Amino acid sequence: MDYVIEMLNIRKEFPGIVANDNITLQLKPGEIHALLGENGAGKSTLMNVLFGLYQPEKGDIKVKGKPVHITDPNIANDLGIGMVHQHFMLVDRFTVTENIILGKETTKGGRIDIKKAEKEVREISERYGLAVDPQAKISDISVGMQQRVEILKTLYRGAEILIFDEPTAVLTPQEIKELIQILKTLIQEGKSIILITHKLKEIMEVCDRVTVIRKGVGIGTVNVSETNPNELASLMVGREVTFKTDKAASEPKENVLEIHDLNVKDSRGLGVVNKLNLNVRAGEIVGIAGVDGNGQSELIEAITGLKRSESGSIKLNGKEIINMSPRKVTEMGVGHIPQDRHKHGLVLDFPIGENMVLQTYYKAPFSKKGILNFKEIYSKAKTLIKEFDVRTPSEYTLARALSGGNQQKAIIGREIDRNPDLLIAAQPTRGLDVGAIEYIHKRLIEQRDQGKAVLLISFELDEIMNVSDRIAVIYEGEIVAVVDPKQTTEQELGLLMAGSKRKEAGGENHV
Amino acid sequence: MSNRMKNIVVPLVAVLLGIIVGTIIMIAAGYNAGAAFIALWNGAFGEIYYTGEVIRQVTPLILAGLAVAFAFRTGLFNIGVEGQLIVGWLAAVWVGVAFELPKFIHLPLAVLAAAAAGALWAFIPGLLKAKFKVHEVIVTIMMNYVALHVSNYIIRTVLSEKSDRTEMIADSASLRSPFLEGLTDYSRLHWGILIALACVFIMWFLLEKTSKGYELRAVGFNQHASEYAGMSVSKNIILSMVISGAFAGLAGAMEALGTFGYAAIKGGFTGVGFDGIAVALLGGNGPIGIIFAALLFGSLKVGALNMPLEAGVPNELVDIIIALIVFFVAASYMIRIFIDRISKKGVK
Amino acid sequence: MKKRKFGLALSLVLAAGTILGACGKSEEKGGETAGGDEKEKAFSVAMVTDVGGVDDKSFNQSAWEGLQAFGEENDLEKGKGGFDYLQSQSDADYSTNLNTLARQDFDLVFGIGFLMEGAINEIAQQQKDSHFGIVDAVVDQPNVASIMFKEQEAAFLAGVAAANATKTNKIGFIGGMEIPVIERFESGFLAGVQAANPDIKVEVQYAGAFDKAELGQTIASKMYSSGVDVIFHAAGGTGNGLFKEARDLKKKDPAKEIWAIGVDSDQTAEGVVEIDGKEHNVILTSALKRVDNAVKDLTTKAKEGSFPGGETITYGLAEDGVGLAPINPEVSTKAEIEGAVKEWQEKIKNGDLTVPSTKDELASFSAE
Repeated sequence: MDYVIEMLNIRKEFPGIVANDNITLQLKPGEIHALLGENGAGKSTLMNVLFGLYQPEKGDIKVKGKPVHITDPNIANDLGIGMVHQHFMLVDRFTVTENIILGKETTKGGRIDIKKAEKEVREISERYGLAVDPQAKISDISVGMQQRVEILKTLYRGAEILIFDEPTAVLTPQEIKELIQILKTLIQEGKSIILITHKLKEIMEVCDRVTVIRKGVGIGTVNVSETNPNELASLMVGREVTFKTDKAASEPKENVLEIHDLNVKDSRGLGVVNKLNLNVRAGEIVGIAGVDGNGQSELIEAITGLKRSESGSIKLNGKEIINMSPRKVTEMGVGHIPQDRHKHGLVLDFPIGENMVLQTYYKAPFSKKGILNFKEIYSKAKTLIKEFDVRTPSEYTLARALSGGNQQKAIIGREIDRNPDLLIAAQPTRGLDVGAIEYIHKRLIEQRDQGKAVLLISFELDEIMNVSDRIAVIYEGEIVAVVDPKQTTEQELGLLMAGSKRKEAGGENHV
Repeated sequence: MSNRMKNIVVPLVAVLLGIIVGTIIMIAAGYNAGAAFIALWNGAFGEIYYTGEVIRQVTPLILAGLAVAFAFRTGLFNIGVEGQLIVGWLAAVWVGVAFELPKFIHLPLAVLAAAAAGALWAFIPGLLKAKFKVHEVIVTIMMNYVALHVSNYIIRTVLSEKSDRTEMIADSASLRSPFLEGLTDYSRLHWGILIALACVFIMWFLLEKTSKGYELRAVGFNQHASEYAGMSVSKNIILSMVISGAFAGLAGAMEALGTFGYAAIKGGFTGVGFDGIAVALLGGNGPIGIIFAALLFGSLKVGALNMPLEAGVPNELVDIIIALIVFFVAASYMIRIFIDRISKKGVK
Repeated sequence: MKKRKFGLALSLVLAAGTILGACGKSEEKGGETAGGDEKEKAFSVAMVTDVGGVDDKSFNQSAWEGLQAFGEENDLEKGKGGFDYLQSQSDADYSTNLNTLARQDFDLVFGIGFLMEGAINEIAQQQKDSHFGIVDAVVDQPNVASIMFKEQEAAFLAGVAAANATKTNKIGFIGGMEIPVIERFESGFLAGVQAANPDIKVEVQYAGAFDKAELGQTIASKMYSSGVDVIFHAAGGTGNGLFKEARDLKKKDPAKEIWAIGVDSDQTAEGVVEIDGKEHNVILTSALKRVDNAVKDLTTKAKEGSFPGGETITYGLAEDGVGLAPINPEVSTKAEIEGAVKEWQEKIKNGDLTVPSTKDELASFSAE
């Protein structure tokens, strides 16, 4: 059988770690091949080897049967390998066409022949059903569109083999559907695709075969038609995984968080949270569903005191906390698992132990008369690390050195340990693998069962549907609907999130 | 190679490279490199007098290095150490000439005045950064000039009658010590070195052992996370600048109460504040590293004075060699990468 | 080329000396005997410059020229045991450098400039066997000779020259900072003008700095436009602004007769203006302060065994310590000026006239 790409027995080492060990990946022409693995399993390393960014210590790479040495990305490009990165590499102020030809400009008498380029871009766009306007500015188009520009960029450079790195992480459910359509069109037009992902649903839906790696080791390749999500998950994690989060029905009690007519403006003075009303009761998880940028972050920042609110009221256990300092809010009993754990959740250059007391370092027993008691700090850290299964060489290891899942577990441990009445979890599972997700969901539900109020913000509909007891849909800074997860569908939520059912949903469902 | 080893090896390699390139240049220019370096050594440690002078020179360098490093550890780049040093110098002299007090009050008062003046001078950029996000680098550079000219003006009009230097400070405010001078054959070694070493300890203790230091370090590493955790970023920025400025002011006190005993109109900057940047970088912003880095700079500075006379090397060449050593030290990042590469190959 | 070889040879000799004498303090004597077959010990002299260095076109340079001249006359070589200098990189180095030279057994060590007053005072007490000289300041120690200048006498002559050159009867004076040295210049200059022609008005202005050429130019510009046609400066680098303004005005209007007077050294080179291929010069003359002569003179005295320790030697016209540079030949009244200057010079040298050195003395001064 012929392969377009063969990576045979690849081994890549970094000082102290083997990132890839004996991994084989063979891509057939015209297939969508998934590369599945937990975070930190070595997927990116493998793709960087293919893309010429790393040199493997062992193993061979063949393109269309011929052995090749890919020593830098330009060679990869010449071999027809293109990569659509998770984080787009686009110049905001340039148009679509300008971005696509960047670095490959065709010139006419020293000037860029933009007309010709636009024509070419339009042709490619139409052929693959991308529907991109070549003259639009990047800053004016949606995230989904920007991703298509990235795809166009690789096609314009003549890519035959496209690597997609976690392409659905940033997309809305509708956009994901469209992307899947695009992937299928690409295959019809003769391209081959490697899809890096840890989302089993997507694999089952579009992929032909899947190669699984676990902890840097190649586990094997299976045909999608001959497997099921459970099998894939256990291949990836190395043990049985349950998907449906088991939980008893919620028994909500009194209101813990009450938000009334909250208004928040952004730095330009535009309203980003508008007359928002929401309540969260003790013993329930309220999920906030919405497309990114509809006021979710501002809402959290307003509750936690990080951002000034213009007007309205935020009550915690009946006490007004609007525009209190973050420390006051924390001390009043709010725990916060921030959306961006690197930027907001941890001091990466601190040992994990010191990160465990980020909010409490100034209190006894961690500090007495202004002098830190490291013995207490590290013994607390040790307990939490054990209790929350944070995998780290020691409590003295820098937080930076931990994997994403373990960093998140550390944050969750820290927040839960403070025993807050209200726990805000913003995108708590973003970028994590199945095992970690499962664990975190379990912990959130545990909190609920202990009578805490949990506010969950997520862009993953699955997560919202699975974990929440009530779902509040946010659109343009307003809660446009509150629905029962058992009585709604992803379809309905998707439409609500896009604002289309706003009118009907408004009014009676407001809380 | 472990990080700790690297922190020791990298500066050593930097100094060695500086010496090697300096040797090549001297040989190319027709001078005896061996004699030059012997002269450098003799000029710094050849006699007890010079060693005393080296320690005297090291004293303000340690404090200036601490000032830069302290701000750096909390994420700020204090280029204004020079200006804070100048106002500290002025304040110490002012107290030194204006009062007549018993030594046990007068000397501490003069030292504290210098620290307070430096702190105040650094408070302004800290405040502007915290409240209006004005970049501290620009403000501190400008504050250097303000310090220089304001200090000149005050010396001319307030502290003297249109003269270019002030009176000598009262003995009761002086750090000079006949004992230390006797010990080092009349060098200007003074008690300030003890203050500098105490400050090294204070910086270490403050940053590593106190909850305030924890906060400062957290803000330095990650402002966002610190804010999320309930710390006040702006308060910490101001505090960090103030402490940094106090160290710088103390460096000024060393010159005022130890080396000179007066303040004179300056045509330009003393350079000690800027050397503090190099000292902090070379010392890896750590307390012990700063002591060694300051020692290196101090001995280069004092030792180099001897090179023209003893080895016949012209001043310009001496400047080049010193600059080369500093250059390689500053470029130690380069050396670090190089070492990384070698050790990577070793693993393979 | 030659210099390089010389340097190489010297450093080799020195290296040998260092190695030979590596065992410590006995080195000095051992080194001497290894070094030469000459007289037992030649007289050696060295100086410490401030941060300006020996090519500052001013004080340090002038002093170094004096030492070089002395060295030449006495067949000395640059370096240890001959004549040498050390440059200071900062104010803190004065003391170290002075100490180094004293420890290297130079017979006489100069500190150039009043900035070194404190350092010399201190070290003289520590190194009681060494001899020191200081320029422009008085240090009262038995082993220090202080060199002072009667700047007022040079300024007086400059005033006489200015008074004889002006057509508008308006003259200007730009001072650097109001410190005693500059006060001597001002008093002498005003006295000179007054002595030559009491009707002339002198405008006096201080710049407040020695290194602000742009400020000097602004002041000069104001003075010239108010009708002043001769300006004398005692303002160091600030005075460069005066020269620039004078050159600019001359370029604009070559017929205009405006003059500037230099200070310390002969600053004629600063006044050259080329107009239509013809060279003009706006420098009338310069009030000279011969640091070189003074340094050389004191060194010679010391060599002859009559070092004036504890004394202050004030160099004036009589001692060739100050003077007036040649008068610019472009001045129409050159002969008149030269005559007047000569006349007053005699009076001062004879002691018939004492030039006022402060404003108080100036108030009660009369040329009669």
